[in-house]
Amino acid sequence: MNVWQLLQDPNTQWVLAGCILLGVSSGVLGCFAFLRGRSLMGDALAHAALPGVCLAYIVSGSKSIGLFLIGAAIAGLIASYCIAMITKHSRIKEDSALAIVLSVFFGFGIVLLTYIQHSNQGNQSGLDKFLFGQAASLVGDDVVAMIVVSATLLLLTTLLFKEFKLLVFDSGFGRGLGYPMELLDGLLMLLLLVSVVIGLQAVGVVLVAAMLIAPAVTARYWTEKLGIMVVLSGCFGALSGVLGTLFSTQAENLPTGPVIVLAATCFFLFSLVFSPSRGILFRFISFLKLRQKVLQDDVLQALYERMESDHAQMPYQLRRGYTVESLAAKSGKRAASVQQALSALHRLGLVEPAASSPTADSWTFTSAGLKAAYELVLNRRLWDVYLMNEHHYQSLSIDLNQEALTTQLSPSDLEEMLHHLESYNLTPKLTENNMYAGQLQTSKQGGIS
Amino acid sequence: MNSFWVILTGALVASSCGLLGCFLILRRMAMLGDAISHAVLPGIVIAFLWSGSRETLPMLLGAGALGLLTVFLVQLLHQNGVKSDAAIGVTFTALFSIGVILVSQYTQQVDLDLDCVLYGEIAYVPWDTWEWAGMDMGPRAVWGLGGVFLLSLLLISLFYKQFKVCAFDPAMAAAVGIPVVLFHYLLMGLVSLTTVASFESVGAILVVAMLVVPAATAYLLTDKLHVMLIYSVIIGIISSVLGYALATWLDSSIAGAITTVTGLLFLLAFLFSPRYGLVVRAWHRRTMRWDQQTNL
Repeated sequence: MNVWQLLQDPNTQWVLAGCILLGVSSGVLGCFAFLRGRSLMGDALAHAALPGVCLAYIVSGSKSIGLFLIGAAIAGLIASYCIAMITKHSRIKEDSALAIVLSVFFGFGIVLLTYIQHSNQGNQSGLDKFLFGQAASLVGDDVVAMIVVSATLLLLTTLLFKEFKLLVFDSGFGRGLGYPMELLDGLLMLLLLVSVVIGLQAVGVVLVAAMLIAPAVTARYWTEKLGIMVVLSGCFGALSGVLGTLFSTQAENLPTGPVIVLAATCFFLFSLVFSPSRGILFRFISFLKLRQKVLQDDVLQALYERMESDHAQMPYQLRRGYTVESLAAKSGKRAASVQQALSALHRLGLVEPAASSPTADSWTFTSAGLKAAYELVLNRRLWDVYLMNEHHYQSLSIDLNQEALTTQLSPSDLEEMLHHLESYNLTPKLTENNMYAGQLQTSKQGGIS
Repeated sequence: MNSFWVILTGALVASSCGLLGCFLILRRMAMLGDAISHAVLPGIVIAFLWSGSRETLPMLLGAGALGLLTVFLVQLLHQNGVKSDAAIGVTFTALFSIGVILVSQYTQQVDLDLDCVLYGEIAYVPWDTWEWAGMDMGPRAVWGLGGVFLLSLLLISLFYKQFKVCAFDPAMAAAVGIPVVLFHYLLMGLVSLTTVASFESVGAILVVAMLVVPAATAYLLTDKLHVMLIYSVIIGIISSVLGYALATWLDSSIAGAITTVTGLLFLLAFLFSPRYGLVVRAWHRRTMRWDQQTNL
């Protein structure tokens, strides 16, 4: 059956609608849970729902979905209360508290489930569907209920967007502004719980957590704004729902829930690698670029310093080129990488093969290159001076992460620092002007100011 | 005799999990244990399809490999800027999904029940016996679990000091030259092995319960690591005995009942632990206030 025919089938339409709704609502709420550091809360709530479902069945004796969901919601509330109590009143940390509540509630649920199965009261076959979910069994009534619930969820989230934003990023500040942060946190937990509960039917206890986490993490890779992140996350959730449903109808015996989760994971992996600002590929490329730039700078500096020292000794023999080997020795890099950097610099028009060189393989600056190298060396030496006398310049509030130092200084500070540089005899002495002139008049002011 | 084997299996699960659980709790990696116990599913299925039988060794290898892979992936994602809880969540759900899909695709070849994967069936343990040289050597699960328990016990007692320093202060451990990463993976490898060995008898979720709950209970009762280890094992064994009794009384899942009992024991410790119990501390506060008032 091809996809188009499939979409005509009302049954598939219901399942598809259910999975999309699930994806949207859990994607949206997952963002807040993720940013609040509560990603695994969904997992715990889902597991804790099992005893609630079983108790609802024992009490009512019927298999009404509505009752199951209410039971699951109550059990989830108790579970989240237990987690909060354990972390608040004992020295057990939150992750252990989650694991304790998750496993004990689930274990208790299993006891109830087997008790029901063994006591053979009526038909209990629908109960274990909650463990792994059965999206294919979604029918019109379920989907209508899901529409109502997820519309309420989305509406509440939209209305309380600003408050939740405060809660997620700076709850202390929110409390200072007079917002009831505890209440909002509880409300967020409740909404999370509801979105978990409506997901149970489609993807099951174990995997419902994935629908909260994966779309949110994926969306985080593409934006820095919460509003956009929430929308993106909802879209990723919905897309995973669509893809999962369609794929699972294509093959025999392919469960929908896990396929939806795998679709969401694929989106995540794609973003992990290819996201334009935070992806692995992008960061690897910018790392390589940085490394190349540092190498080029080092080579420029090596060439400059070689020239500078020769110039100081024999001012009339300039324009002699320098071999790759001597630059490699000076900068401490491998000759091959120096060669590579030199050809890159040659393409940039900063260095050129020396005209009057004794060997073919020797290099010297172009005039633009000399200027660039002068700036570079000056900047680096100013940094050296700054770092050597950091306590002295503390009042300047320099940002150590920026590359250029001169732009961060006021003219008078720059003057002082240049003066300082001079006292170490570190002023770069080679500029275009004195290239062919006589030996530079080095000033003889010694001592450290 | 069957009750004996079942209780012994439960006690072995509880002991090996209890030992490892203490370190998981101290290193704040309880949810990593949860993740591993889910993520070994594809490993088990692949080992099953590959070896074509329910032999213990390939299963242990397959699941052990998947357990380590989980830890590695979580670490990798974390290094690439994913929050660690989200990294755990994404990894284990993805691997578990793969496992479920494999089971449903090869459902004819794989004699694995998904329910059994989740909550196990310890009651069948006594019938799955191991025959060696024509002799009935007792249930296979007991041998597997016993082996894993002895291995954990041996490794932990050999490297007790290293594990201890790593658990409390990884930075210091690295500073004094302990290979922290190696011990991290060693611990996680043991957790994976224990998970798999316990898998058939107690299921994925209940392994988490045995890993975390007795150790957390012990953590509320003492401040010393070696005492905590011993308490944790004892609490695990008590819960397996009481849990078996509860299960026979209710005619329900044994593993579920064991978990419920550990939960109750934890609740008791949470309320009445001599030093950290909720009620005890409230009582202390009251007597202190009373003392102050009489002194004034």
